[in-house]
Amino acid sequence: MEYRGPYRVRTVEKPMPQILHPEDAIVRVTRTCICGSDLHLYHGMVPDTRVGSTFGHEFVGVVEEVGPLVQKLKVGDQVLVPFNIACGKCNFCKQGLYGNCHESNPMATAVGGIFGYSHTAGGYDGGQAEYVRVPYADVGPTVIPPDMDPDDAVLLTDVVPTGYQAAEMGGIKQGDTVVIFGAGPIGIMAARCAWFFGPSRVIIIDHVDYRLEFARNYAYCEAYNFKEMDDPVVFLKKTTDWYGADVCIDCVGCEAEGNALQTFSGRIAMLQAGAGTALQWAINSVKKGGIVSIVGVYGPPFNLIPIGNVLNKGITIRANQASVKRLLPKLIDHVQQGRLNPKGLITHKVPLEDVADAYRLFSSKLDNCIKTVLIPSTKA
Amino acid sequence: MKLHENYKDIPGWGMDADPENEPTYPMKNYTGDDHHRSDYPRSAPQPKDVEILMSTERPKISAVFGNTVPPSGLSGKIRRYAFSHSEDRYRHWLPLILADRINVVEGIVSDIKKGHVPNMFAERGWKMEIKHNAKGFALKVATTAALGIAMYWLLCGKKRK
Ligand SMILES: NC(=O)c1ccc[n+]([C@@H]2O[C@H](COP(=O)([O-])OP(=O)(O)OC[C@H]3O[C@@H](n4cnc5c(N)ncnc54)[C@H](O)[C@@H]3O)[C@@H](O)[C@H]2O)c1
Ligand SMILES: [Zn+2]
Ligand SMILES: [Zn+2]
Repeated sequence: MEYRGPYRVRTVEKPMPQILHPEDAIVRVTRTCICGSDLHLYHGMVPDTRVGSTFGHEFVGVVEEVGPLVQKLKVGDQVLVPFNIACGKCNFCKQGLYGNCHESNPMATAVGGIFGYSHTAGGYDGGQAEYVRVPYADVGPTVIPPDMDPDDAVLLTDVVPTGYQAAEMGGIKQGDTVVIFGAGPIGIMAARCAWFFGPSRVIIIDHVDYRLEFARNYAYCEAYNFKEMDDPVVFLKKTTDWYGADVCIDCVGCEAEGNALQTFSGRIAMLQAGAGTALQWAINSVKKGGIVSIVGVYGPPFNLIPIGNVLNKGITIRANQASVKRLLPKLIDHVQQGRLNPKGLITHKVPLEDVADAYRLFSSKLDNCIKTVLIPSTKA
Repeated sequence: MKLHENYKDIPGWGMDADPENEPTYPMKNYTGDDHHRSDYPRSAPQPKDVEILMSTERPKISAVFGNTVPPSGLSGKIRRYAFSHSEDRYRHWLPLILADRINVVEGIVSDIKKGHVPNMFAERGWKMEIKHNAKGFALKVATTAALGIAMYWLLCGKKRK
């Protein structure tokens, strides 16, 4: 696929990707997902998204070719490829911060390299394609265990680790009340994963009823529609004995709804890097001394958030791009032991040729869409 | 001798250090490596075959990078200007957003030059709106059209006076 401008994508024939570095591999994609993060690109919210770019950072496939220095991967291996491009050698990778590699993105220093995520994230073509170039092939790509369903594997490239890390960064203690903003794939997975840390209540907030219903069933959580509340912050205070939740998690990011001023200044006038509504609610509905965990994505310059309340309430904020590689061993085990069912999130499977329809479906939340998988028709 | 040059002689230096106080754990495994700064073994550099715009906040290009869609045309000129400023500056990000918009027009022109008129209906996936959201979509189209007609009428009405 290639991007043509806001809300416009199509499929085209592009030249085969080449090995450009001795540690590269070329992967033939067998499944690839559309992510809420892709919607920020699709809506034209991410600076330096160039026309002609190919999106896609969630993919699994078969190794077709390896560069001369690749040792662990072999041609023919079935691999899942973490969305972050990481060298494995820089100080940040060595500390397990694979989402913050310093050797994969010359174009910006805040964010590491990400497949198919604009030039701000390194200018790489992504996996919503038949073939894709995968740098540092010995570091990120992980051979899919033979008994694992590829539909589960493709969700281990981003959704499961991100949802899990969202909960992990919340520092949840036994008995805690956790509130999650956003019932997209990430929020639903965060709600499901929160239970691994032993809370007594998990509450999810959104305004799309079918997603709330889905979350209730999939993640065993309470689910509420903020459009039915006078004031979401007061609602959450009230339901937590007027103290606020122990942990609040932002799984919405820059395209939040629910606050006219935030929506106008962030999404229409673009005077700030998207609408900070969910983060504002998270800060204002967590208890004093509580923790706010952010995985929702915001643009680079700045956002209007109540930082004064962060100070006065003594809140700890933790945030990051998920460190997929660090979390994979634990998460593969959760999937193999049947504790997690990633593929249960998939509601649509669409041929890659119909990418424009698939984007629209997910972006407009049509046909009860939660997660869409694109399937290229390439034959081996 | 100045104390900061021999900082370990500052009274109380390190006395209250608490290795347990590691707020980034477990997201960050503290290894002390970040004090070694840039003396880690880097991979061999990827050969540079296209123009790469690099952040002013780093000394040299990363070992690997994406070589897709190098800057070109008017949008490319604006992007080059943007990259002469750090990520801290609005002068970096706002021009990039402007360049993105100009790039869309460049994309349409280049399509047409190649004899291809972009199919906006298909590229926007409107088929899905019609299939799953006929009413809402019709309402949106009607509102947009009504607003358009109203604007036209207002502007032309003014001209006539
Ligand atoms: N940090 C990471 O590593 C990482 C990885 C993947 C995705 N993300 C980000 O996570 C976010 C969610 O991704 P997704 O795939 O679930 O996207 P999504 O767009 O499907 O989900 C977002 C949900 O938030 C809801 N929402 C909007 N405004 C809200 C508000 N004020 N309060 C509560 N809910 C609100 C929407 O209705 C939607 O259901 C995105 O910003 C995405 O970029 C981050
Ligand atoms: Zn994603
Ligand atoms: Zn690295």
